[in-house]
Amino acid sequence: MTEQVTGAQALICALEGVGTEAVFGIPGGAIQPAYDPLLDSNRIRHILVRHEQGAGHAAEGYAAATGRVGVCMATSGPGATNLVTPIADACMDSIPVVAITGQVPSAAIGTDAFQEADIRGITLPITKHNYLVTDPREIPRTIAEAFHIASTGRPGPVLVDIAKDALQAVIDTAGVSADIDLPGYRPVTRPHAKQVREAARLLVEAARPVLYVGGGTIRAGASRELFVLAELLGAPVVTTLMARGAFPDGHRLHLGMPGMHGTVAAVGALQRSDLIVSLGARFDDRVTGKLSTFAPEAKVVHADIDPAEIGKNRAADVPIVGHAREVIADLIVAVQAEYDAGRRGDYEVWWRQLDGWRATYPIGYVQPDDGSLAPQYAIQRLGAIAGPDAIYCAGVGQHQMWAAQFISYQKPGTFLSSGGLGTMGYAVPAAMGAKVGRPDATVWAVDGDGSFQMTSQELATCTVNEIPIKVALINNSGLGMVRQREGLVYNSRAAGPDPRSTRIPDFVKLAEAMGAHGLRCEKAEEVDAVIERAMSLDDAPVVVEFVVHHDAMVWPMVPAGTSNEDIEIARGLAPQWEREEA
Amino acid sequence: MSRHTLSVLVENKPGVLARIAGLFSRRGFNIDSLAVGPTEHPEVSRMTIVVNVADSPLEQVTKQLNKLVNVIKIVELEPGQSVQRELLLVKVRADLDTRSHVLETVTLFRAKVVDVAPDAVTIEATGSADKLDALLRVLEPFGIKELVQSGLVAIGRGSRSISDRALRALSA
Repeated sequence: MTEQVTGAQALICALEGVGTEAVFGIPGGAIQPAYDPLLDSNRIRHILVRHEQGAGHAAEGYAAATGRVGVCMATSGPGATNLVTPIADACMDSIPVVAITGQVPSAAIGTDAFQEADIRGITLPITKHNYLVTDPREIPRTIAEAFHIASTGRPGPVLVDIAKDALQAVIDTAGVSADIDLPGYRPVTRPHAKQVREAARLLVEAARPVLYVGGGTIRAGASRELFVLAELLGAPVVTTLMARGAFPDGHRLHLGMPGMHGTVAAVGALQRSDLIVSLGARFDDRVTGKLSTFAPEAKVVHADIDPAEIGKNRAADVPIVGHAREVIADLIVAVQAEYDAGRRGDYEVWWRQLDGWRATYPIGYVQPDDGSLAPQYAIQRLGAIAGPDAIYCAGVGQHQMWAAQFISYQKPGTFLSSGGLGTMGYAVPAAMGAKVGRPDATVWAVDGDGSFQMTSQELATCTVNEIPIKVALINNSGLGMVRQREGLVYNSRAAGPDPRSTRIPDFVKLAEAMGAHGLRCEKAEEVDAVIERAMSLDDAPVVVEFVVHHDAMVWPMVPAGTSNEDIEIARGLAPQWEREEA
Repeated sequence: MSRHTLSVLVENKPGVLARIAGLFSRRGFNIDSLAVGPTEHPEVSRMTIVVNVADSPLEQVTKQLNKLVNVIKIVELEPGQSVQRELLLVKVRADLDTRSHVLETVTLFRAKVVDVAPDAVTIEATGSADKLDALLRVLEPFGIKELVQSGLVAIGRGSRSISDRALRALSA
């Protein structure tokens, strides 16, 4: 059967075919032909954002909250370059996103035409793969391949740049193939049985093992398997920033988050371990601290779906390439086989040490002495009131670390954050995307005043499109994480005037100007009531401004470039590691 | 640090060279030489890349290359088990007094004269990097006016082909 369609119609038809239900974007000259059939589609909802960066982060939030591919769309030139930051973000955090951009007509490519930018060239190093399509007959196949690449193996962003004339051209669908043709793309998902058995053997022989759990377990949907493995072993678990929620907080085996602002117990466990079993993590510098001094006595089992991660930063004794869910499922069987053969690990001494650290150095904070609101308290109460079923999207900075430390996560996909790239401005648009993907969930953006002002315009998008997100705006009148380092490292040299007294902008008015509810809270005793009030408002977005202590700091802290051994629990205060053994 | 010769089969598509060059530059790997050309299969090109790295970065190089969607296969060719060649064209000063000496050198190295002018000859030579270096050292005293050299190309010895299996998958 043959049919005459435009390239644009073929594009929208292909998007419908792969199950796209939402596209975040902004039209403009080169992509406009695609908008005509997009607006006709009754299966795809288009959400008109205010800035393309918002479209990109919304696609990320959608993908991270649902596990499905997020889609964003922009025009050529500035539209496309505005997508660069979220694309780089998705690449670092392995988020399945497809970005579709219009390109100037093929005859004009390379002539410095109006709104021309070589977005394929620009995004080469920050995409999993990308395409420039000039032949309309290639559109269906390219979209099928883009979704396949984005969502399989190690997930990541794929950009499809389509020339305007390819969108406008009329093609005969006869003989147009949408079959994937990727001879060089064969991700390995099945782990090697021998390597898994070797990992199980090391686990029952180890005295001080740690399960080092990364974001890959969340992308792989491996939480249930992880829970079974951890309980079977009785081994300690640490969850990285990207893995918060992969294993329930408060569980007796869970030591919390490792890394620069991790718990003493989690950092110490990795550091003193004799066996690190890494599951979908990548030995990032924020976790290892100074790499040459990281976990000096540990053997390493490194399981990852991306072979290039294994041995990249830390040599692996047992490399396992595979999908985290399959790796962990196989590990359960292999460990059980060791038990059946009478071999079982004894971690009792290890647990005495870990429990000592955990009891002595819990995550905590100091009440401000000037009577102002402690940001940690506001975030802790938010987690307690909104509960474990809500989705929390953090921006980047101190509030992000506090959101990771003081909210108790019980389920995967409930904490979304920009980890690898550290993109300020992530929270509001990511929350918007998460709410579109999970409309029944309560979605809270936990943002800072610095981060919020980078993408706050998307509140208007939320209002207009009836996407009632909630924003907990932790306002310390400045860039807190920067100030913390200015104070600790750079002798309090600050890169700007002290804005404390100015209260600019007025965030309540800003929220109201964009059709959202604006609430403000300045005292600890008002915190619960204002959160309850925000929870009760569902007819529009809500912004709750928590005016907090200016100089609160994130502790513990491993100063950048130093060893995890040098973790401080407060300024100049190091934990006493060997206390429990003495 | 040591030199490694990688044969890389890639899809013959626009932008592949940029992907590979960009990968090397952003990950801080040095390319000693790079040669690209067609293969017996029109949809596949073959790159021969010579890198100068230690063993563990070499593993990263091949793993990162393998992640590129357009890369089909990577094989490291050991010098003992492969034939490795470079091509050199060199324009050497040669007048009536020196020409016979230059031509003697050409014969010794089994090179060829491909162009002659009253005061110069252009010589074509192929061989290993060592042989071409030796040739240049001998020609140097006559006066080298211009020199151009290709990247290294290499092929494994014996009857097996690195493209057999990769290309069968491609046509399947």
